[in-house]
Amino acid sequence: MPRIALFISQRLVKAVFVILAIAVFNFFLVHAAPGDPAAVMAGEAGAADAKFVEQLRQQFGLDRPLYEQLGTYMSKVVQADLGYSYRQQRPVFDLLMDRLPVTLSLTLTAFVLALLGGIALGTLAAMRAGTWSDTAITVVGLTAYATPIFWIGLMLILLFSVNLGWLPAFGTESIGAGYTGWDAFLDRARHLVLPVTTLGLFYMAVYTRLTRASILEVRDMDFVKTARAKGLPEWRIVSVHILRNAILPVITVAGFQAGHLIGGSILIETVFALPGIGRLAFEAVLQRDYQVLLGIFLLTSVVVVVFNLLTDLIYSLVDPRIEVAP
Amino acid sequence: MTETPLLDVRNLTIDLPRGADRPHAVQDLTFTLEPGEILCVVGESGSGKSMTAHAVLGLLPKAVKVSSGEIRHQGTNVFSLPERDQRALRGGRIAMIFQEPMTALNPLMRVGDQIDEVLCYHTTLDRAARRARVVELLASVGLPEPDHLRRSYPFRLSGGQRQRVMIAMALAVEPDILIADEPTTALDVTTQKQILELIQDIQAKRRMGVMFITHDFGVVAEIAHRVAVMQRGQIVEIGTAEEVLNRPQHPYTRQLIAAVPHLIEHREDFTRARQPVLTAEKVCKTFHLGGGFFTPGRKVVAGDDLSLTIHQGETVGLVGESGSGKSTLGRSIVGLIKPDSGRILFEGVDLLSLSRPAFRPYRRHVQMVFQDPYASLNPRHTVGDIITQGPVAFGEDRHKALEKAKALLKLVGLDASAAERFPHEFSGGQRQRISIARALALEPKLLIADEPVSALDVSVQAQVLDLLEDLRHRLNLSMLFITHDLRIAAQICDTIAVMQKGRIVEIGPAKEVFGNPQHAYTRTLLDAIPGKGWTIPEDVVPVTRRSSALRTSA
Repeated sequence: MPRIALFISQRLVKAVFVILAIAVFNFFLVHAAPGDPAAVMAGEAGAADAKFVEQLRQQFGLDRPLYEQLGTYMSKVVQADLGYSYRQQRPVFDLLMDRLPVTLSLTLTAFVLALLGGIALGTLAAMRAGTWSDTAITVVGLTAYATPIFWIGLMLILLFSVNLGWLPAFGTESIGAGYTGWDAFLDRARHLVLPVTTLGLFYMAVYTRLTRASILEVRDMDFVKTARAKGLPEWRIVSVHILRNAILPVITVAGFQAGHLIGGSILIETVFALPGIGRLAFEAVLQRDYQVLLGIFLLTSVVVVVFNLLTDLIYSLVDPRIEVAP
Repeated sequence: MTETPLLDVRNLTIDLPRGADRPHAVQDLTFTLEPGEILCVVGESGSGKSMTAHAVLGLLPKAVKVSSGEIRHQGTNVFSLPERDQRALRGGRIAMIFQEPMTALNPLMRVGDQIDEVLCYHTTLDRAARRARVVELLASVGLPEPDHLRRSYPFRLSGGQRQRVMIAMALAVEPDILIADEPTTALDVTTQKQILELIQDIQAKRRMGVMFITHDFGVVAEIAHRVAVMQRGQIVEIGTAEEVLNRPQHPYTRQLIAAVPHLIEHREDFTRARQPVLTAEKVCKTFHLGGGFFTPGRKVVAGDDLSLTIHQGETVGLVGESGSGKSTLGRSIVGLIKPDSGRILFEGVDLLSLSRPAFRPYRRHVQMVFQDPYASLNPRHTVGDIITQGPVAFGEDRHKALEKAKALLKLVGLDASAAERFPHEFSGGQRQRISIARALALEPKLLIADEPVSALDVSVQAQVLDLLEDLRHRLNLSMLFITHDLRIAAQICDTIAVMQKGRIVEIGPAKEVFGNPQHAYTRTLLDAIPGKGWTIPEDVVPVTRRSSALRTSA
């Protein structure tokens, strides 16, 4: 195990530098957009008085040279202080922590379900390649992948909320119902069903196709023939010998997609009116809320770096030929 | 012979899917396998040998169906058994080992676990007993440190070791029948010898019936009790080894035997008066595998002080086992690998001292033919493109190059119309002819042939060797012929260099090296050649190899 520990610690050290570099890059990226928070706020207030704008700029420190602003920002970031949103009058960190559970419960659930469902369906399709069940799975997968995600969301709402009335259409909980304990959890879960399904269907289509293609490649390999010649039952051949060898490309893509868990659900959050990070980012862009935007970017990059590390670790677990080399 | 045979195949016919080159994979096949007998099934690829073996195990691909006949295992018709019992038979009573030890084991599973699987499904042993049995099995096939080795993954083992693991796995529940599908084809001669001895030894101890599929008559002569020769899905000749090997009746058998390369064959001695074309001096190359900034990786010495000279019109054979550094030297000469030190002089110019642009003109003079004709031709390009790309890159007119390509195709025994077709439309032997035409398109002075026939069937092998032999006389080519098969080297080479662990241990005229080997390693190699005790019967003495007539079919 010390080898793994060494690997992880080295990667974490590298990750710190990567994240700092990204923070600097993000800073310039955000400032490259025309306009600034002061102009937007002044515009919304209806008092586009040059003096007022100037006063706001001074108050936010926007009148300082860019490198000085960068210096201030970076020194705060190093201290794990993401700054203060004047717009929302709250620390950025608190804002993010407010929104994060909503987004994560949506995206993580969708991600895990899509991964499991996709692998299962892909395996089924591949082992029955050429039969009607394969065709059905492929067609459904392709449709889910090709249809715009918000449209699927709207159609699901129409069917299950409006027409059938089974599931709530938006929000994270029933307002004013005052549920506690188990009931509150169930209520939240019911609110998540439609958004999770919508997002999950899309991801699942990708994993299904990928798993199917990968298995078709592996299932005719020599060692599978060896396993058959050993007289093993079919399920054992599929699960132990074929699937494990076919899973690596799926892990690659899954690791890649996991990086999008934070920011990838803007559409879903909009359609289902969920107060998540995606919506927060969208609003922050419109309002030029630099601090919030930078905070979200930083959070996203941390998530990407962490999932890359996890993917590499899972690789070496699945395939002994891949060694973790610091 | 009153007892029921172990395996009794009667009138077996297997249909191929529509659109295949013939309606039946095997047709009306009848043979038996007795306990304690090794039956060798010989034939070229596509003759239905493997199909038969797969049918016995019920492992036929879905598109292929048994249409008539039966396979009886100790009197019971295998096809009439329910799937459950067939599975019990598979791996339990009938076991199989495959050709490619590198791919036949699951790369992600420890070898011990792979053997354990068999015991788990075919016996009622508990975990501890199974583990003891795994260790015992690994020890019985001659693997070192079995208790440690069972925890290794296949990629840690050499080809020979993997094949031993496969055999251990096949023997796990003491089957009555072992089916071996070309189990030594992918192995070095010395490893092949060990594996053959192991199979013979185990077979004799347990009185197993062994169905041994091979295309190598040397191997047949070494181990067979009985021989069945297959051609296009039918058994054309079956009999005791002594009969088939020494008094072959069927023309096809005679043709196969005639194509077997012979070890010592008279060939005119090469006179060394001519110009050296290429001289390698003290070439060294060490590969560093793995390792990071601080951790040193493994070092593999692929070339240690290698020196040899190739004269004009001479064929130098580089023989040795895999990993001995043969290909490294070949690739260094072509410029695909940069050696650590030494000089490679081509007509007096040190190729290694040249910069890339300065080296470029020399590339056309040294051309290479690769081992695998299936992988060395770009499947998306037409044969014409493949052949003309070299000359065109060197500034030749596209139209003229194509004309020349067609002439070359005729020279290597193909039709000129082949230029418009794609590589997949050709057989292995034909593809290797295309590879040769491609190499010749640049009018090289030196041809590096890296195992050019080891992926081909015996009779096709003989044809390609004939072609190379013919071309070198016609075009006065020099050739470096890299091979692991000493019989082939003996047949085609003037000078032989024997390599072991990155060193040339012996070098000299072919006749001397084979007739009077000086180095112990050369003797080991010669000793490992299968079928030494067998001389090809007088009346099938091969068609003259050195005839200038070019055979056109491959």
